[in-house]
Amino acid sequence: METIINGFSITVNEEGYLTDFSQWNEQVAEKLATDASIELTPRHWEVLKYLQDEHMKQAALSIRRIGKSGVVDIKEFYQLFPVAPLKTATKICGIPKPASCI
Amino acid sequence: MKETNGEIKKMMFILSKATLENVYAAFVMANGARMEGIEAEIFFTFFGLEAIHNKKLEHLHTATVGNPALHMPTMLGGLPGVEAFATSMMKKEMEKIDMPEIPEFLEILTASGVKLWACKLAVDMFHYKREDFYEGIEDIITIGDFYKHSKGEGVHMLFI
Repeated sequence: METIINGFSITVNEEGYLTDFSQWNEQVAEKLATDASIELTPRHWEVLKYLQDEHMKQAALSIRRIGKSGVVDIKEFYQLFPVAPLKTATKICGIPKPASCI
Repeated sequence: MKETNGEIKKMMFILSKATLENVYAAFVMANGARMEGIEAEIFFTFFGLEAIHNKKLEHLHTATVGNPALHMPTMLGGLPGVEAFATSMMKKEMEKIDMPEIPEFLEILTASGVKLWACKLAVDMFHYKREDFYEGIEDIITIGDFYKHSKGEGVHMLFI
């Protein structure tokens, strides 16, 4: 599905996740964050970069893994992205929704 | 459809058993709720209290007697060591699928905002004290208190 985010033409799936990471940029992230009622701070960006790095390494993302990341603990992760943090943060940083149960 | 259009806002779990698979069921569902932006609380009652009892929570077992899904003759399930063996096999498989052990899982739940409550009646019955329990629990409360916490639209309750 084609959509315009902050003036960029982006392809997203039915849940709003980008299907092509090369279309992602920081302005797109800002808009996706606003849609999720989140104002991105430098701390958010650190976490988003971590998630992108993990995705590039093809690591399976889970809440447990976030807790062991050394970048952010689970409590702060929920403070930064209060509603469905893993789903929301991965959407903002342009990577697929993790299929994790834990 | 009334209320919140059927949307689940909060999951209230009552955990009354302490076999490994039941405790994991409650913990996975509570954590899974938080991951979806749904609130979650767990009320530990009767044997479920063992899952938050400091001296017991690391020694939960899977039942080998009266558990037909293990496909093991009931007589065999009762032999010494069989339950411990089944439990260690189960724990190995759980580690493979990145399932945390109970102490770590309790940390994950509380960090994720899941509220943990101990049932006053069961605590009195087993002669437990507040200091016997995992420090992350909210309080020891009555079932009436737990119902009060369950007030609101889109709240679902599950007995395990």
